[in-house]
Formats: sequence, structure tokens, C-alpha cells
Amino acid sequence: MTMLNALAAISILYVFFLFAVAFFAERAARRGRGNWLHTPIIYTLSLSIYCTAWTFYGAVGSAARNGFEYLTIYLGPSLVLIGWWWVLRKLVRIGRSQRITSVADLISSRYGKSNLLGVGVTLLAVVGTTPYIALQLQSVVLSVEVFSGAPDGMANNQPTALWVAVGLAIFTVIFGTRNLDANERHHGVVMAIAVEAIVKLAALLAVGIFVVWGISGGVGPVLDRIDASALGRWEVQGGRWAGLLFLSAAAFLCLPRMFQVMVVENDNDAQLRMAAWAFPLYLMLMSLFILPIAVVGLDVLPEGSNPDLFVLTVPLAFGQDGLAMLSFLGGFSSATSMVIVAAIALSTMVSNHIVMPLWLRFNETRVSVSGDVRNVVLVSRRVSIAGVLALGYLYYAQSGGGAALATIGLVAFTGVAQVLPALLGGIFWRGATRAGAFAGLTVGFLVWLYTLYLPSFGSGAFVPESWLETGPFGVMWLNPQALFGITGIDPLLHAVLWSFFLNTIAFFGVSLASFPSPLERLQGAQFVNVQQATGPRSWSQSGAQAEDLMVMAQRILGAADAQALFLREARRQGLDGHLPMTSPEFLEVLERELAGSVGAATAHAMIGQIVGGMSISVADLMAVADETAQMMETSARLEAQSRELTRTAAQLRAANDKLTRLSVQKDAFLSQISHELRTPMTSIRAFSEILRDTDGITREEQNRYASIIHDEAIRLTRLLDDLLDLSVLENGQVSLNIGQGVLSDVLDRAVAAALAHGDEQVLMIHRHRSREEVILNTDTERLSQVFINLIANARKYCDAGRPELSIHVEQIAGSVNVDFVDNGSGVAPEAQDVIFEKFARVSDQKAGGAGLGLAICRQIVSRLGGEISYLPGRGGAAFRVSLPLNQALAAQ
Amino acid sequence: MSGAPQGSPLFVERQTYRRRRLVDAARALPVLGLLLWLLPLLWAVPEEGPSASTTMIYIFSIWLGLPIVSGALVFAMRRLREPAVGDDT
Amino acid sequence: MAGHVLLIEDEPNIIEAIRFILSREGWRVDTHSNGVDAADVVRAKSPDVLILDVMLPGRSGYDILRDLRGAPDTEELPVLMLTARGQNKDREMAERAGASRFMTKPFSNAEVLDAVRSLTVTS
Repeated sequence: MTMLNALAAISILYVFFLFAVAFFAERAARRGRGNWLHTPIIYTLSLSIYCTAWTFYGAVGSAARNGFEYLTIYLGPSLVLIGWWWVLRKLVRIGRSQRITSVADLISSRYGKSNLLGVGVTLLAVVGTTPYIALQLQSVVLSVEVFSGAPDGMANNQPTALWVAVGLAIFTVIFGTRNLDANERHHGVVMAIAVEAIVKLAALLAVGIFVVWGISGGVGPVLDRIDASALGRWEVQGGRWAGLLFLSAAAFLCLPRMFQVMVVENDNDAQLRMAAWAFPLYLMLMSLFILPIAVVGLDVLPEGSNPDLFVLTVPLAFGQDGLAMLSFLGGFSSATSMVIVAAIALSTMVSNHIVMPLWLRFNETRVSVSGDVRNVVLVSRRVSIAGVLALGYLYYAQSGGGAALATIGLVAFTGVAQVLPALLGGIFWRGATRAGAFAGLTVGFLVWLYTLYLPSFGSGAFVPESWLETGPFGVMWLNPQALFGITGIDPLLHAVLWSFFLNTIAFFGVSLASFPSPLERLQGAQFVNVQQATGPRSWSQSGAQAEDLMVMAQRILGAADAQALFLREARRQGLDGHLPMTSPEFLEVLERELAGSVGAATAHAMIGQIVGGMSISVADLMAVADETAQMMETSARLEAQSRELTRTAAQLRAANDKLTRLSVQKDAFLSQISHELRTPMTSIRAFSEILRDTDGITREEQNRYASIIHDEAIRLTRLLDDLLDLSVLENGQVSLNIGQGVLSDVLDRAVAAALAHGDEQVLMIHRHRSREEVILNTDTERLSQVFINLIANARKYCDAGRPELSIHVEQIAGSVNVDFVDNGSGVAPEAQDVIFEKFARVSDQKAGGAGLGLAICRQIVSRLGGEISYLPGRGGAAFRVSLPLNQALAAQ
Repeated sequence: MSGAPQGSPLFVERQTYRRRRLVDAARALPVLGLLLWLLPLLWAVPEEGPSASTTMIYIFSIWLGLPIVSGALVFAMRRLREPAVGDDT
Repeated sequence: MAGHVLLIEDEPNIIEAIRFILSREGWRVDTHSNGVDAADVVRAKSPDVLILDVMLPGRSGYDILRDLRGAPDTEELPVLMLTARGQNKDREMAERAGASRFMTKPFSNAEVLDAVRSLTVTS
């Protein structure tokens, strides 16, 4: 009894140790210091849950009974890992990119999110796993019995199984449903089972080493001992060897717990690359000493000892209590780790595919409150875990323990492995359809149920004895263990062959005949082409989720707007960073924002996709968003370009028109200049020649002609002066000589100059001197040039009988107007527009000017900051010179 | 997707070529393992099978050899790692 | 031998110069200085040679010439065109309008005499 107490104490300590390991791993992961949790070695060790108590204890038993056959259970998985490039690589990538939570989720999601398939696979998993959990409970009970020394039988030990079940349920609930992120990774659990993996390997190796070197005396002797024993011949049934190899490989891929650690908990390809070589080695070490232990056990223990417990009983028989204790812990580790992971995997499936859909159906109105759903999921997970363990315990209690359970291992393998055709077909063949998968699974499940599972409870339990003898209702070819008259092969092999054959036929045939829905086709493409799809995305932190939302929002709203929105929301939540928490309020805001760009339904779908639980993958939506954004961008760019082109073309046309106009103007101008220059030159040349060549010209004629030449020369000079003046003014090269002057003085000078040459008509000038006392700050020389021009024009062109010119000065709102109004007929209305243009000579009269005067005036006045205009309707010709007065005031 | 993707070269540079051959080896390895492990079935001479110790040494030798080769392939692949790995022949 | 010349020109100094040159050689010179009724004056005076300026007040010399060439009695009239615009296109326009000869101002007196003489000879 002291031994039992020590055992209990050690077990409890060990359990606390595991709790601590899980707790610290979980905490490290939550604090972001969990990088080491993703290391390949941890991943590899976690795969060891494949080695359950059934293998820890049962392998020796199996070896003792069937020789080498036990190896197939490990050789199959070894081959799967050695061949990781074929299936596992793809499987884990799909798992990561599609955020697969379980094997049921994989099948359901691959075949267009069919919940029916999800439910089917879940049921299959529950049916296949429950006996297995019972088996683990039994192994713990049996191992405890070994120490208690009680006779075989379980009546006394029912409580042990119950306590173990309850303890495991608590552990699993605590560490298995701690976080409910989109991913289903459980760092604490994974770490704990990695530790357990080391414990069980160490325990088995220790026992093995003790057996080989401690008891047998070395490698050579132990090999001799093996050869000499009943197991000393290589005698295996070829069919079973190959069949079990296949079955274990298939089960390795399909077992819910294996899928959990291998695919769901997988974080990167590097983990798999290490497992590809390290896990086969682990399995090899696990199986290395099985045969020696079996042989020695058979040798040294009394006849009738349970070979399933040799791992414990052999050390005990040699008084190695410590070693036996270690071995017990190994077995305990194997059992608990398997149960924990299986419970997590099953509860995920049950919760996601059975409980949640039902809950949602009955509570449609409440779904909108997302916090609600989260709680429901957690509760549902916890209840499912408890349910799975309860089911395992009940199964154990009802089955009566013993040998009936031991055989259930392979039976369960076969059942669970029925998923294989749908799984492999789903990831390699785009033609696989939901109908095909459903048909294959159903057929496989039914055949397995009929040929293996039900008969496994013993004839008479579920299947009438007569059925196994003569077939149901006397139909021999329906005999569960000899379908279609195939007799003479092992019942297990028979079931494996028929179930897989019919399963595959149904899957393939129905897939060929049916047509997939669009969603199925989309998912099919995603799964089969996972390597080409976008790289694996990490969803491990909720920060990553916000980041993903950010990436998406940027693509839709544009980087600046999206960042502003996220920052604003983060501030509103009282956070320092740029990423807000993905709270329901925030999601609502974001959804509204996105809906403005992509429509409400799409926005809802996209956000739902990222925060979890909807059908089409994020990668798809990203692609859609990208395309849309690109298309919008391209079309916007094209539009802009087209507008630009139109604008450029218009500008070019305008420029061309302007050049043409300028060219025409330049031609006209040159023509005019030419004319204006050549005309006086003609006279000068003609009269010069006359004076030179003509004999006998009178003195008067000589004088007259000489004066004509003189006048024309002056005309030429004036023209050239005007041209130069205008050119300088137009080019803006004129330097103004700004100074103060009184307007009346300027006018005095101008009048005097304009009237200086008395040979033209007499012009009366009226002025109001009192008004002219305005001080100007301007270039008085230039201003007087303007006034001279205007007065001279009046003198030349005024056609009144008695020409008169009135000069009015008037100060109006910051400027001074100087009006020159004569009493002639004025400028014809049609000419008023052009009088300020160059060479715009409107009068028929010969005035000796080149028509540049007013053009020059306009240039000068505008340089002085003023304006010159023609005033129509003032009786005669009326010009107004308007000068800014602010300068004048400033001068005062 | 079946078939060579558009624009993929007919011939690839040396490193890529090496890498693809490594992948070929990784694919062939489980087949080799399976054949080797099925081989003992053919040994079974009627009445007298091979001795258990011989078989055990044979099977475990393969079991040690396969992971070593597999690990060597993984390391070789990682050495030749390239940014984008196409999954084709 | 000298004939009758009609000069249509608006610059008084140029009129005086040409009149002086031609009359000293025995030509009878009539002048007119407005473009508007120039064609009528030509018909009325029916000169042996017409000297026509291009830039005339009221109507351009080209228009007047085209008018004259369109009428039967002035169709063949020798016309010497004078222009102060020295561009090639002015020469072309003069030829197209039907000018017999074309001179650019300023000209030498001898040129004018030669031109008038040659026009009367060929006609």
C-alpha cells in the first residue's frame, strides 16, 4: 500500500508539473515571448501522441502475441513522414491558409462548407475515438492495479478511471479552451504533451536498456534470446503486414488527434521539415526494445501474465521499483496526452459542427451580438470536452474492460481512416464533389460498421451469431466477415479491403457523375492549388487580425484614410498604438466605412471573413478587392490621361491659332512698315535724281524739291523714332523716369509742343486750370508725350469749321481722369475698336503719321499704371487718360 | 494547376535544377522505404523463415537509414532555398 | 510720239515726281488720287498707259486692275503697278490681277521712263 501511496503522490506531483508547464507556456505565448514554442522540435515531440498507452503497453502485448506485426503500426506513419513532400506538406499548408480547425472542418470546408459532411465526419470521429479514450482509461486502471497488487478486475478501480477522466477533463477545459482565437492553437497543451513525449520515450528506453543490458547481458545475448524464443521466426501474414502498414499510414493522417497536432497546431513548414526525419527516428526508438521486452517478459514471468503490462511487471519482477515508477509515468503520459488532444479535437468538431449550428438555428435573433456568440462557443467547447470524456468513461465502464477493448484499437483506426479517400481526393483532385465525398464516407462508414465495428463486440452482441455463420437471413454473400463470398482472409483485412474499396468507388463514381456548386469549385481550386496561392498567413495574434483588417481597409479605402480611421478608433479605445482592438463597435464602424466603397454585403462578408467563420477565403476577397482597386485606378488613370490629352490638344490648337495669328500679324506689320518706309523714300529718291540729272531746273523748283526731300526725310526719321519707341515700350525695356510734377505744368508743356508748328489749322483749347492742380508721381516726360499726341491728333483730324479742344480734369475714387474732347465728328463707331492698334489710321486725310501714335500712347499709359480709352458719344473725338491717384496722394 | 504555367522556362538554372532533383528524391524516398519494408514478405521460405534477429536488424537498419537520408535531403533543400518554390516536376 | 499717261497715286510728292519725269519726256500726264472711282476715271480718260499704285484710299489697286481687265475696252491696257510693299506675294498678286509690269518703290526715274516706254511700244 505504501507503494500505491507513493505512486499516487508521484502521479499528483507529475500532474501538477504538467499543469505548470502548460501554464507557463501559455503565459509566454500570450506575452509574445513564445517563439520557442514554435520550434520544430516541440512540434515533432507533439506528434508523439500517436504513441498512446495502447502502444506503450499494448505494443509489447501485441509483440508477445503476434511477433513482428506490431511494427506495422509504426512503419506506416514513418513512411507518411518520410514522404512528407507528397501529402503532409500540402495538408499543413491548406490547414494554415484555410485556418482549418479539425479534420471535419477540412472535409466540410473543402466540399463547399457542407455542414452535413462536417456532422458526418464528426460522428465518425466520435464513434472511432470513444473506444480509444476508454482504452486509455483502462490502461491507467490496469497499471495502477499492477502496483496495488489487486487481482485483475476492475470493480474496485472504477473510481480510478473516473478520477482520471475528471482530472483530464479539467486540464483539457483549462488549457484547451483558454483562447478562442481564429486559430485553434494551444501552446500550453502542446508544450505539456511535448514534455510527456520525452517522459514516455525515456521510460520505454530505460526499461528496454534494463532488459537488454541489465537482464540479458547485452545486444548479442538478447538477439540470441529472441531467436530462441517462440517469436524467433519471421512469421507474418503477408496480407496483414501490408494491410496494417496501409491502415496505420491512413489513420495517422485521419485520426482527429493527429490532425490536431500535425495540421491545426502547425505554424510553419520548418516544423514539418524537421518532423520529416526526426519523428520516424522517434518511432524507431519507441519500437526498438518492444520485442526484447516481450521476449524477456515471456521468459521470466509466470505463464498467464498479461503481456500488455510487461513494461511494468518486468522491472517489478526484478525489484526495480523506481524503474517501474518511471514506466508507469510513461504509460500515464501516453494515456493522458492522447486523451487531452483527442478531447480537444473532438470537442472542436462537436462544438463547431453540431452544437453551434443548432444553437444558431434556435437563436437566430441573438446572433448580432458578437460577444454572445463567443461565450456560447466557449461553453459549447467545455461541455463538449466533458461530454467526450464522459462518453469515453461510460464506454469503458460498459465494455467491461479486458481484452474486448484491446482489439478495438485497429477497429477504430479502420473507421477513422474512412475519411482518407475524401481527404486525399479533396486536396489532389479538383473533380471531387460534395456528393462524392458524402457517398464515399457513408458507404465506407456503413461497410466498416457492418463488417468490423459491430462484429467486434463479439458475435451475438449486435450482430446475430447466425449472420456470421450463414449470412443475414441466410444470404451467404452478405456475411459481414465474408462479403461477396470472400472467405479465408483475416476479418480485419477483409473489412479494410471492402470498406476502402467501396468507399473509394462511391467517392470517385459519384464525384464523376455529380456537378459541384460554385463554392465547392472555388474551395476545390483553393485546396488543390494551395502551393500557388498566397503564402501562409499567421493568425496567431489578435493583433494580426487587426493588421489584416488594416491591410484590407487600405486596399479599399486608400492608405491614408484607412490609417486615419484605425488611429482614430485606437484612440477612442484608449490605445497608444495604431491598431485598435477588434471590438464589435470597431468592426461596425469599419464595416460602415467599407460598405461605402464596396457595398454592404461585401463589406460584411470581408470583415466576417477576417474575424472568422465565413465561407470564402480572405485570399479570394483580397484578390477581388485588389482587382477592383486596380481596375478603378486604371480607369481613373485612363480618364485623367484622356482629359489631359484633350486639354493638351486644345492648348496646342490655341497655340497654333495664336502662332498663325501672330504670323499673319507679323506679315501685316512688316508689310505696313515696308510701306511706311518706302513711301517717303520713293519721294526722296525721285526728287534727288531729278535734282541730280535734270538740266535747267529753275531755282524755285530746286528749292521746292529740296524741301520735299527734307520733309520726307523728317517723316522717315519720325517713323523710325516711333517704331523704336513702340518696340522698347512693348518689350518692357523702357526705363521710366519717375518724378513729381503738377498736372497743369505737364499740360502746359504738351499744349505748347503740340501747337508749335503753326502751319496746320488753328486749334482752340479750353482748360480749367483750377482743377489741374494735381500733383502726380509719374514720368512726366512720357505723360506729356501722350498728351502731345492727343492734342496733335485733334489738331490734325478735327474736322470742325473752328476746331476746339476741351481738356477736363476730374478726380474720381483714387484716380485722375484727363479727358480730351474736340468738337469734330469723332471716330466712326466701327473704327473705335482699332484706333489704338498699330498703323490703325482711320482718316483718309494725309496726316503724315504712320498710325503709331495712339499705339504708343496706350503702351506708355499702361506702363504708368493707367489706362487710355476712347469715349464714345461725347460730341467729337474724346479720349480719356486715366491715371492712378494713390501715387499722387502719396506724393502729397 | 496541371501543365507548365505560362511563361515558366523550359530549362532552369543550375540551382533550381538541383533543387528539383532533391524534391524528386524526397518523393521517391517513401516508395523506396515501402518496397524495402515489404521485402521480408518474400523471404518467407515455407517452414523455415529467416530468424527474428536478422529481420529485426534489417528493418531497424532501414528505419535508421530513411530518416538520415530524409534529413539530409531537407538540409540540402534548405541550403538551396530559393524565394519562390514552384510545385512542379 | 509720246502718249497719254494716267497716274493713280495718293502720295502728292510721288505724283509730283512722276509727273515731272514723264512730262519732261513729252508725256501727257493725268493724275487721280482716289481708289473708289479710279476705274471710271480710267475709262473716261482712256490713257495709253496706266500707272497704278496698290495702296489707295478707298479701294486697292488690285481690285481696280481686276475690274479693268474684266472690261473689254481696258482689257489690253498696259498697266504699270507700283507698290511700297516689297514682298514676293505682292508681285504674284499683281501678276495674277493682270499687271503688265510691276515696280517696287523706291524706283529710279530712268526705270519708270523705260517701263512706260516699253509698254507703249509693245502695245
